[in-house]
Amino acid sequence: MTEETPVPAPAGNPQEPLRPEAEVLAEARRRSRRSFIGLGLAGLAGLAGWNWLISQPTEQGIPRPLRKVLDANGRLSGAYFKETRLAPEFARSRARRPRVNGDVGLESELDPAAWRLRVQAYGSNTLQEFTLADVQTLPKIEMTTELKCIEGWSIVVHWAGARLSDFLAKHPLASRAGRPADPQNPSADLAPYVGIETPDGLYYVGLDMASALHPQTLLCYEMNGQPLTPEHGAPLRLVTPLKYGIKHLKRIGTIAFADARPRDYWAELGYDWDSGH
Amino acid sequence: MERGAPLGRLFFYCLVCKAGPEAASDEFEGWPVVGCTLRLLIFAAASFMKQLVEKHPLAIRWFHWVNFPVLSLMIWSGMWIYWANDVYRLGWGKTTLLKFFPNSFYQAFHLDHKLAQGMSWHFVLMWVFFLNGLLYVLYTLFSGEWRALLPTRHSFKEAIQVTLFDLGLRKQHPPVRKFNGAQQIAYTSVILMGLGSLLTGLAIYKPVQFGWLTQLLGGYEFARIIHFALTIGYVLFFVLHIAQVVRAGWNNFRAMVAGFEVVEVNPATHEVTAGPTALPAADASLSAK
Repeated sequence: MTEETPVPAPAGNPQEPLRPEAEVLAEARRRSRRSFIGLGLAGLAGLAGWNWLISQPTEQGIPRPLRKVLDANGRLSGAYFKETRLAPEFARSRARRPRVNGDVGLESELDPAAWRLRVQAYGSNTLQEFTLADVQTLPKIEMTTELKCIEGWSIVVHWAGARLSDFLAKHPLASRAGRPADPQNPSADLAPYVGIETPDGLYYVGLDMASALHPQTLLCYEMNGQPLTPEHGAPLRLVTPLKYGIKHLKRIGTIAFADARPRDYWAELGYDWDSGH
Repeated sequence: MERGAPLGRLFFYCLVCKAGPEAASDEFEGWPVVGCTLRLLIFAAASFMKQLVEKHPLAIRWFHWVNFPVLSLMIWSGMWIYWANDVYRLGWGKTTLLKFFPNSFYQAFHLDHKLAQGMSWHFVLMWVFFLNGLLYVLYTLFSGEWRALLPTRHSFKEAIQVTLFDLGLRKQHPPVRKFNGAQQIAYTSVILMGLGSLLTGLAIYKPVQFGWLTQLLGGYEFARIIHFALTIGYVLFFVLHIAQVVRAGWNNFRAMVAGFEVVEVNPATHEVTAGPTALPAADASLSAK
């Protein structure tokens, strides 16, 4: 699509003589030829770019350039993120039981009495253990929010549990200096990432700290007014309407803090690590 | 080719007078003397001359041809995403007229089990779609191209005339301009649809950070429905667009590649006697109404 010197419009300007037809048609042919060749070359360049893209080494299931853009998108939405923006809440009567969409990490038997939440303090190797009762001493937060599956469906669910931010304020394990987590005023030595895994380590998710400390991110123990059932993540699961359902890890085993993005089960299979809302 | 064939064709042209004189004299390119003589004769007889008229600026052509593959890939990756929760249909109660989409459709195009790839492509190409669209709109605003594009108060009446004419229900040819009323409405709509896709897309991509937008668009699920419906709209637009481009012919198509159209001009009055045109003079037919 090459542009040549524009031809003055012949009509509407009777003073100017018309150009001879032979000249006009020669120019038409020349410009057509150049433009079509240009368009063809642009198309070929596009195809070559496409081939280059899909031939790039993959990074966690997708070509590296795509992964880089997804990560840039994540940084951009992270910069825009505000913890005061809340997911909408719904009438409790609209709550339904979500479908069970996977049991990775839940396949072994679990003895609820023996279960402990194990939290690794940031910058240390020591694990601290908590019982469900410990979590339940924190203020109980109830919310009726939309659970949004990455597949595209969504369902309103009533959840109850303790805020992860309350937990980390009471148990200051997310900062190197042992400062209580404060979402409004995060300390400089706060860990940037949280990694959460099932007790068997087969399912694992990573969260950015801002999402982890959001007031709607819960260590959840009740769904629709009932204690969690095993297939929905008993005794304790993560719930955060700031992320797709893939991040709502069931049956929390360990929580750890990290400087780099923790491994994430679905991100390794080609999904966006951030998967944030 | 037989010697008599071009002569016969010339006779046909002169008789029916359907094509321009150039079409006839082109046939004789290999025969300089006959060709030139005929050319002169034809020029003398015909009361018009072919001239070039600029139609689509280079920038618009780029935006158009970048958008075509990008939007196609957005739709394609969108179908990879949609497959994972393909709940939409046309129908009522238990009656389904059309399911989006039948399994055979996914299988025929290998659209199944590609949610992760679909999302990654979608969230990369959305930037190209957005930037190309934004540049197009800015260019259209600042270059004045919007004057030809935006519908006027006459466009709706004219769009009906154009539709009736295209369906063969009306004899009188609608006014010939760069964009007729139907085109103005269609092209302006498709740009607004692009904006709609961006907004509904953002509403379902970041439904908490852009919660106000998601609520404005009827909530997370409804925004997804609009996003899907707009995509169906593009496909319908595409079918109609291709049909109309084929119908309008080569001169019109070439303008979207090379930028110009060939029109026939009366040398005495400089009036355009044939051919679609971008000339402002042709707009007078509309404003005079």
